[in-house]
Amino acid sequence: MSMINYASREINCKLVYYGPGLGGKTTNLEHVYNKVAPAARGKMISLATETERTLFFDFLPVDLGTIRGFKVKFHLYTVPGQVYYNASRKLILKGVDGVVFVADSQIERMDANLEAMQNLYENMIQHGYDLAKIPFAIQYNKRDLPNAAPIAELQAALNPGWPVTDPMKQRPLPDPQHDSEFLISQEDGQWIERAPYFEAVALTGDGVFDTLKGISKNVVKTLG
Amino acid sequence: MSGASSWSFREDDAKRIQVILSGFLGESNARTALIVDRTGQMVTTVGQAPAFDPTAFASLTAADFSANDQLARMLGESEFGALFHQGERESMYLADIARRVILVVLFDNRTTLGLVKLRVKTAVVQLTQVFTEMFSRDGTSAPGVESEFLGEAEDEIDKLFGA
Repeated sequence: MSMINYASREINCKLVYYGPGLGGKTTNLEHVYNKVAPAARGKMISLATETERTLFFDFLPVDLGTIRGFKVKFHLYTVPGQVYYNASRKLILKGVDGVVFVADSQIERMDANLEAMQNLYENMIQHGYDLAKIPFAIQYNKRDLPNAAPIAELQAALNPGWPVTDPMKQRPLPDPQHDSEFLISQEDGQWIERAPYFEAVALTGDGVFDTLKGISKNVVKTLG
Repeated sequence: MSGASSWSFREDDAKRIQVILSGFLGESNARTALIVDRTGQMVTTVGQAPAFDPTAFASLTAADFSANDQLARMLGESEFGALFHQGERESMYLADIARRVILVVLFDNRTTLGLVKLRVKTAVVQLTQVFTEMFSRDGTSAPGVESEFLGEAEDEIDKLFGA
């Protein structure tokens, strides 16, 4: 759970956009920055190289307003996607309240997606966090490209799900985003839960706010 | 639930910290003292109100401190307990508190690094005690948010991010 500051009546939630290099993490934040009400957003900070590749992180605070006496803020971070920046990537996950994995839908980037997902799991474990227990969403970006892999293929590779061990949760949970699909379902006798997924074209903004809405609602649920 | 970041900060905590830091600012002639959570969130500010965006400042401070922490490990140190950034007029001194938060002292040429370092030692000891107590009580007595909070938060999310 995020830090609740009773003195300043603030709740800050940290959302981290993770994923392979050039997958569109920074583009997601830029779209949010450009489209959200200016009064609701703070300064966007990008620690990037001269060629605009993220070196350390991008940061964008978004103010949800005052709810029941608390100012609620989302702090959006991206990590550098390039493999050799793992040390800084890991630092950004510290204290994370929700993760969005931005996958590059292009078939040629499948290995990079898998490597980044594996890296996310490893870095979360090293912080002592469990991805199956914190709000987590996957965004399949660049859906407009002709070489985009089918969703089913991406889901099978990147979102195979994890076993549901809590008997209370072992019941079908429809996916609110996709008709006749389930976030929790029984497969081969075993209950499996998958992360919610969103299709996006971050460059045009398609799906960017759907993803943000989905993850932020799941994060506020953890505050109750 | 997600791990180490879960804690709450109450008004009486803020008051105790205010007393410690006000005393320190008076003794050291430093301008502002800030407490930043290691995850990048501003906890509190004492002294002259900073002219910059505190949210951005907090995220950069945490990143700065974490990056230096890793550098320390590469050198075989467990940590750099303190950092100093020197400017022409404005400087900042950062010190670790209980491995969870960072004390940031902003000062100008009305004082010296020597005096700041000398006076900060007592403040660090006192703050470490306050924060250690705060972290150890956590999870048991935090009042949490009201039950209507969730529904209203979801409405606000729909409004802000498009329904």
